[in-house]
Amino acid sequence: MSEMPAAARPTHRRATIETADGQPRASAYVCEAASCMSAQSHDITLRLGERIAALGMTDVNIKRVGCLGLCAAGPLVEIAETAELFERVKPDDVEAIVKALKKVKPTDTRRPQGPFFEKQLRVVTENMGRIDPESLEDYVGRGGYEALKRVLSDMTSTEVRDVITRSGLRGRGGAGYPVGLKWTTVAKAEGTQKYVVCNADEGDPGAFMDRSVLESDPFRVLEGMTIAAFAVHANEGYIYCRAEYPLAVSRLRTAIRLAQRAGFLGSGIADTNFNFDVQIRLGAGAFVCGEETALIASIEGRRGTPRPRPPYPAVQGLWDRPTLLNNVESYANVPTILNKGAEWYSEFGIGKSKGTKVFALAGRIVNTGLIEVPMGTTLREIVFDIGGGIIDGRPFKAVQTGGPSGGCIPAQFLDMPVSYESLIEVGSFMGSGGLIVMDDTSCMVDVAKYFMDFCRDESCGKCVPCRVGTTELYMILDLISRGEATLDDLAQLERLAGIIQKTSLCGLGQGAPNPIFSTLRYFRDEYMAHIVDKTCPAGVCTITAPEVMA
Amino acid sequence: MSTVFTFRIDGKDVAGSEGQTVMEVAEENGIDIPGLCHLEGIHDRGACRLCMVEIAGSPKLAAACVTKITEGMDVTAHSEKLQEYRRTVTEMLFVERNHVCAVCVANDHCELQDLAADLELTHFDLPLISPKLDIDASHRLFAIDHNRCILCLRCVRVCDEIEGAHTWDVMHRGLETRVQTDMGIPWGESTTCTSCGKCVQVCPTGALFEKGRAVASGSKHQRPFLPWLKTVEEERGR
Repeated sequence: MSEMPAAARPTHRRATIETADGQPRASAYVCEAASCMSAQSHDITLRLGERIAALGMTDVNIKRVGCLGLCAAGPLVEIAETAELFERVKPDDVEAIVKALKKVKPTDTRRPQGPFFEKQLRVVTENMGRIDPESLEDYVGRGGYEALKRVLSDMTSTEVRDVITRSGLRGRGGAGYPVGLKWTTVAKAEGTQKYVVCNADEGDPGAFMDRSVLESDPFRVLEGMTIAAFAVHANEGYIYCRAEYPLAVSRLRTAIRLAQRAGFLGSGIADTNFNFDVQIRLGAGAFVCGEETALIASIEGRRGTPRPRPPYPAVQGLWDRPTLLNNVESYANVPTILNKGAEWYSEFGIGKSKGTKVFALAGRIVNTGLIEVPMGTTLREIVFDIGGGIIDGRPFKAVQTGGPSGGCIPAQFLDMPVSYESLIEVGSFMGSGGLIVMDDTSCMVDVAKYFMDFCRDESCGKCVPCRVGTTELYMILDLISRGEATLDDLAQLERLAGIIQKTSLCGLGQGAPNPIFSTLRYFRDEYMAHIVDKTCPAGVCTITAPEVMA
Repeated sequence: MSTVFTFRIDGKDVAGSEGQTVMEVAEENGIDIPGLCHLEGIHDRGACRLCMVEIAGSPKLAAACVTKITEGMDVTAHSEKLQEYRRTVTEMLFVERNHVCAVCVANDHCELQDLAADLELTHFDLPLISPKLDIDASHRLFAIDHNRCILCLRCVRVCDEIEGAHTWDVMHRGLETRVQTDMGIPWGESTTCTSCGKCVQVCPTGALFEKGRAVASGSKHQRPFLPWLKTVEEERGR
């Protein structure tokens, strides 16, 4: 990662394509999102460019693109015309790619790429892996900024909000608050100065949806924010992005600069009298700054701690002004909804969960990577069809969703359609979209302990139940994992978890006990094994208590 | 003219002006809702979670100190469940650091101690965290014993809002959170501290104390500066 950000590195220049229509005969798309970049995919791009130039192949285009999705098999190179995918590409594989590029004929069509790709539905990720994330030309070439132009020339802010409301889009940051309703609240809130803020402080363990979107298609987020600003009468925006995402930040900066230069940000956007500009603010590594009131405090330059709500940011947010706060994925949905219509969007999904959701697959799964599926897709389809199942064919145990506020969903719910409601029903949470798959080598007490360690470390220290309580829960979980706890400790754990959930100030504290609740709900036997039998069934925990004689 | 709301706290009919908090109206009506970060005269932050009350129709508990009253609201401030929550939160404060009343300057004058007595907190079930923390006695007149600090941040607020010095602030996070003077330098070296002693007077425990005081002699009731902010705001409102 030391070689990032990309802006500081040599980038390839797209050679002039010398064909009759100026279009390349063949194109190689090299994934340059963080995952593939960390496996030296940029060298592949450079080397391919050199080879093509040396061979005089002037009808071939070598392009850097964003995330191709299948991170497990990176670095990835795709021949765009045939959809042929080269996985785990090493510098020596360049010749094979050049050979494939030579063979591409104008009559070639993209062939099916297998279930990982075919079972997805791409809305937010439609440009990912197709465009150069630092090329406004590429974005516009795929229909970018058409929605904004139409919004500014043909629609009123009320009409825009109406489309978003009818689409049924809900906040993709986790809680699923209706986006249209939030926009309307901000639009109707008193005040002339309003702000639009994008939450890009993605911090859940195993989650990388927002990072991939920003690295692969930053203009889409900017366009969504600009449309939102028009809809809520705001003219200033902030993107709060964690500093741990240097590539995303660098691409965002480039995108902002290019958009400003092209008149898609700044004053008089797209030759109308609408003004809107965006600034980036970097998070300094606090998970709690993803909580909206803490995020606002941090932008204001204060200590990033949450404050009690109400007042909600929609009424009293940044510098006490009405503030629209959505996350990256929510904004990224907006241009497509306006292009294709609310009805088109709301056809996908199930119940009150409309549209698609981007998930980051991680853990003991074959196809680690980024996917987008319609709401209502079952966990089985996600884990086994798209995800390719469990590594080494081991038995599936649970999938953890929702980050440290979420829960573990056991095998009995594999056929459950995923939606905001269904996940809550089984004791988990949509969260931002991280899916961590676990097999029989995971100990659920250890998993709960891991998440509690995370929460205790990330607690801001403002309210007592979270500051002290998460450490107390961690200490009891640690006792259990070492086989030194009693049944009284377990009762204490449950009682305390309930109190922390009820009394904590913000979502971090209120959600912190969830991993305990969900693992107790479905894997109580594992807790009992640690406490009563002094064994760890998965063989993960180091038991320090003396063995019980059978 | 502000609107007057009538509503209920613990079944008792009460009235308050628009903009008042549940805590304020409860105090006016002799209903005691505990709170350690709350102190009339400085801004509330809703952090100690001891004043949590139930409001009929709301699935979540609310902190009385930061919840504005509304017409017809039905507040439960005391119930067995709420008292259990308060007892546990108080217990958390005790196990978090080192509160040894017998050797504390604030013994018998301590809001944490009083609260524990009111809630009949007789012993601890929770595992002790009790880290060994520093004492900063570098100031000429005062000292801070972090072992007794409950992070209510009254000192931070009174120093900023009333004295206007903003000597106190907060550093680190989670269990590592500490109040600090200036940018983490010893109190005695602070160039902003006016040595007014307001922080000592508002501290609910023996964390901040006057030097030279014996055990159990640190009475802290000299707080004539507290109504100042409220008076200013009322004047402005008029």
